[in-house]
Amino acid sequence: MTQASVTETAVEPRSEATETPPPPPLRRKASKRRRRRQALWALVFLLPSAVPLVLFTITPMVSSAWVSLHEWNLISPMEWVGLDNYRNLLTDPQTGTVFLHTLMYVAGYLPLVYVGGLGLALLLNQKLKGRAFLRATYFLPVVTSWVVVALVWQWLLNPANGIVNEVLGTLGLPQPGWWTDPDWALPSVILASAWKDLGFVMVILLAGLQAIPSDYYEAARVDGASAWQRFYRITLPLLSPSTFFVVVISLINGFQVFDQVYVMTGGGPSGASQVVVGQIYDLTFRYGRAAEASALSWILFVVLLVVTVIQIRVQRKWVHYA
Amino acid sequence: MRSMTNGLRAIALAGAAALALGACTQGSATRQADSPDGEATVRYMNFSANDGHENDLKAIVDAFEKSNPNINVQVETVPFDDYFTKLQTAVAGGTAPDSFELNYENFVIYADNGSLAELTDVDSSAYKASLLDAFNHEGTQYGLPESFSNVVLFYNKTLFEEAGVEPPTDDWTWEDEQAAAKKLTDKDKGVWGDYQPFTFHEFYKTLAQAGGEFLNDDRTEAVFDSPEGVEAARFLVDKVGNTMPTEADGAGTPDFDTDLFKSGKLAMWHNGIWMFSQLEEVDFEWDVVVEPGGARKASAMFTNGLAVSAASENQDAAQKWISFLASSDKTAEVRLDTSWELPPVADETKLASYLDQPKPDNREAVFTSLDAAVLPPVIERQQEMQDVVTQELSDAAAGRKTVKQALADAQAAVNELLEK
Repeated sequence: MTQASVTETAVEPRSEATETPPPPPLRRKASKRRRRRQALWALVFLLPSAVPLVLFTITPMVSSAWVSLHEWNLISPMEWVGLDNYRNLLTDPQTGTVFLHTLMYVAGYLPLVYVGGLGLALLLNQKLKGRAFLRATYFLPVVTSWVVVALVWQWLLNPANGIVNEVLGTLGLPQPGWWTDPDWALPSVILASAWKDLGFVMVILLAGLQAIPSDYYEAARVDGASAWQRFYRITLPLLSPSTFFVVVISLINGFQVFDQVYVMTGGGPSGASQVVVGQIYDLTFRYGRAAEASALSWILFVVLLVVTVIQIRVQRKWVHYA
Repeated sequence: MRSMTNGLRAIALAGAAALALGACTQGSATRQADSPDGEATVRYMNFSANDGHENDLKAIVDAFEKSNPNINVQVETVPFDDYFTKLQTAVAGGTAPDSFELNYENFVIYADNGSLAELTDVDSSAYKASLLDAFNHEGTQYGLPESFSNVVLFYNKTLFEEAGVEPPTDDWTWEDEQAAAKKLTDKDKGVWGDYQPFTFHEFYKTLAQAGGEFLNDDRTEAVFDSPEGVEAARFLVDKVGNTMPTEADGAGTPDFDTDLFKSGKLAMWHNGIWMFSQLEEVDFEWDVVVEPGGARKASAMFTNGLAVSAASENQDAAQKWISFLASSDKTAEVRLDTSWELPPVADETKLASYLDQPKPDNREAVFTSLDAAVLPPVIERQQEMQDVVTQELSDAAAGRKTVKQALADAQAAVNELLEK
């Protein structure tokens, strides 16, 4: 396996010189003022992202927590109900169903997008003709609007006259009902999602691959390691920080899956592809049950937090930082 | 020190920017008040002009503004599928339009939650009494009837002639429809005999045709899981795959049935009279009849009303506008000339010109259908009820459940909604 030369990405040697050495004790007073000034400037530079964060993320989060403790249809005044919404949701079988669908989605999507993205990254890390063009092409779906992608996939997977079923038909294979069949609705969404996000995973892993020094491979080759051994013993472990990042991001995105489901199946047929965020949307905007939707959002938040904390704990065992 | 003040200045600047940002979001929420010289802007949100009647609405607006030069009407037209989501969000967010359209099913919810302004000095002689009454909630007039429409059976005359099948009449029954549909369906050619959506609205109507009831008399319990209910649901569901396309063929997706009928591959089609104007340019002959009945005839009736937002600062101007839109001669004229939904006028002779329009020939069917009109059942959690009934029917249509099971499940779910 030939590795691309590192010069491609031209990683600059990290300069350590920008930080000033600790000041001598004589100028302590001056340095205190200087540090305060630095903090002030840090604050100034943080403001552009801190203000929107507070306005559009923190504030809605706090207010949704408040709303979740009430009964509220968006229009009439709120009525305090304490933890009733949480109790109702946790005993409602529909909550379990939408979480199960979300888990099934993640379980299908993550391996597909990771293995596919890794394959692409390995291929496009080779010296190929038109490599830059191919990389850009595979990245294209990532920057395309979900609505467009979902509509295109809806056509491709159209059970009656979509291309996919035409091809399957000529090959004599079964033609599933895709998004019109409850058993296939979720797989349809998974397929479209994996296709769209492949490019993203590919880019992250490609960067990870290029950061692996080529000396390791040369040394391994001298020692007679096979291509598989080089991949398994060098590439995979040294790629683990990138893998970790991809897994964390994909899991969070996976749990929050919404756009593609909304456009492709609308949660159907028969609720077979209804996911957690879809349920939150329907509760709020279709049924005017904003308080229950807020409570469900918080349940999702806690689940995501737990999953992420577990990942961070477990990563120490398998992620190797070179 | 110098850079310190610079820092502070930068913070102040950023703070000001943040305030300006906040002001922007505030700005869009404030409503325009009457300015001193009596000029007023009235925002009007609607769904019924969407898809083909935008210019007709504009003609009415122009006429209104001509006779009320100090009122400026701002129209916002939203597709029906998104309309109630948008309206609810706008009302909740304090950006509700001054006046808006509501269908009968959603009127009660809005009247109940205090977001509608009471209308005073309504000229009740202008409206058909039963329609005006539909927008009266517990003794208060919260809305004006705007228009009404119903569903008829459209049929492709050319297909009937080619297949040598007798065309439908106003006296047809379910059996006549089923027999003809079977003869007209030619799957190899992609021609289907019939199309009737398996939805809440079709079900409550076929239930009435079968002689059943949806809710009990005091509206506390769903009672549609009855022999009549099973018969009605069977009538709908048995079509699917036999004389009507299935979900997998695309049924239920937006515009599927419209396109099928327009392309001349659908012989019979249950749809509303608002479709007339869309069919002006098809290259086959078509007509309409009163929908076939079961035990009796029953026609779905859709009624739209107009309301003024309780939060509007221009309530007088807004009421002036909706009164004009509901009852002016100009509106009646536009609605009739363009085959839009019908105006709710008391004086039915004003509707006569509707019958003079060229297509379809049998326009009488629209009025004949009204003799047996049934309004949809309405409960507080309307949308959830409609969704659950539609979903259970689609399960039955796709063969995922038996009709009996689907009806039992739907009734249990509706009863649960009534309890909460």
